[in-house]
Amino acid sequence: MTEFVDTAAEAVARVQDGSTVLLGGFGNAGQPMELIDALLESGTTGLTVVSNNAGQGDRGLALLIKERRVRKVICSFPRQSDSWHFDEAYRAGDIELELVPQGNLAERLRAAGAGIGAFFTPTGYGTSLAEGKEAREIDGRHYVLEYPIRGDVALIKAHTADDAGNLLYRKTARNFGPVMATAAAHTVVQVQQRVPVGSIDPEHVVTPGIYVDTVTALDAEPDRPGNQPGGQPENQQEAQPQEAKHA
Amino acid sequence: MSTENSTSGTTLSREDLARLVAADIAPGSYVNLGIGQPTKVSDHLRADQQITLHTENGMLGMGPEAHGEEIDEELINAGKIPVTEHPGASYFHQADSFAIMRGGHLDVCVLGAFQVSAAGDLANWSTGAPDAIPAVGGAMDLAIGAKEVFVMMSLFAKDGTPKIVADCTYPLTGLACVSRIYTDHGVFLIDQGEDGPSVTLREAHGMSPQELADRLDFPLTLPANNS
Repeated sequence: MTEFVDTAAEAVARVQDGSTVLLGGFGNAGQPMELIDALLESGTTGLTVVSNNAGQGDRGLALLIKERRVRKVICSFPRQSDSWHFDEAYRAGDIELELVPQGNLAERLRAAGAGIGAFFTPTGYGTSLAEGKEAREIDGRHYVLEYPIRGDVALIKAHTADDAGNLLYRKTARNFGPVMATAAAHTVVQVQQRVPVGSIDPEHVVTPGIYVDTVTALDAEPDRPGNQPGGQPENQQEAQPQEAKHA
Repeated sequence: MSTENSTSGTTLSREDLARLVAADIAPGSYVNLGIGQPTKVSDHLRADQQITLHTENGMLGMGPEAHGEEIDEELINAGKIPVTEHPGASYFHQADSFAIMRGGHLDVCVLGAFQVSAAGDLANWSTGAPDAIPAVGGAMDLAIGAKEVFVMMSLFAKDGTPKIVADCTYPLTGLACVSRIYTDHGVFLIDQGEDGPSVTLREAHGMSPQELADRLDFPLTLPANNS
């Protein structure tokens, strides 16, 4: 059953020193900034972080890396024009990097959540990222064996949760959220708003509440009209001033 | 197709190349445009082509870059540039987005490259420099996923060496995956035939077909109407 907590600090309390944390987001879109800020506050360290990137600018994951809370990062695209905190930690030898093609990262997470022991993928075959991995030819095509990535805790961002923990996301901020929610022992979600059961059409649920353990809602006014994802464009505009505060 | 009278005495600009690629994409295709130069192709797609653009961070039906009040931090493309959505757009998570690629559902992917081999091997993710921080993103998935992989690049590196080579010396992104190479000096078609791969020059620009063949280190089939 999904629990609701009032603060991001309570929501991240399960993350321990040395935990493997699945961190949602593609760039800054979908990164659970408030949960990461709370993690930073908590002082938790020695983390293995699984995320698409390794932090941008001076927000979110970049700050965790800056403060040397991350021992290892498993990601597809760490190097960016504004990934200076990762770059510095990497060059100083303070952080370990496992580079994974983006689709393999997603599928390894999906496999973990779906109880798949390993899978053969064509991605990466014949490249340096497949060195030392088992390969097999199946029906004339070459594949590489890849293993699941499980997390102790997933920290993700969604737009709306109902009281049953069912989630809706917003636009390309969805990215890794739904797969990471399935792949961790404990999934923590920050949402813009919480709504009563019945407010989300069951046909529209993206992540069912069974995958969701802890939710913290940033919006204290869950029933505020005009803040429904998938609603009219003017509703999204109304939601923007709140999002702007963590821009 | 823009094959007619296409061989010319001057090289193609980046804009010309983008126009050429756009014109060669079949109407109704689902297409992924890589970061950088390939993004320009979208400027030349005509509405009547009814092309649907995929972005690997989880969207089909991507519209042009967003400006001013349209900018939404949660609506970005694979290059993390704010974009817009076309009517009929859809959003999906990363595992679905890469299943679209890996599962062979995309018709065309257009990518940049450091090198392409005469066998269609692609090198576009790393220069292999020892001090570089590696980053791969979706490059390897894109390379092996789409039904057709088009590469856009200059034919020669700054030091004058060709970037279409017998064997890639840069780290590989994928094997035998490139079907066409659009360069400033011409368009090359790679066929994975039963007797092994072969490269055919479709059109030449700024050099004669024979001059191009002389500069390249692998057998090149010249166009039938060799000028």
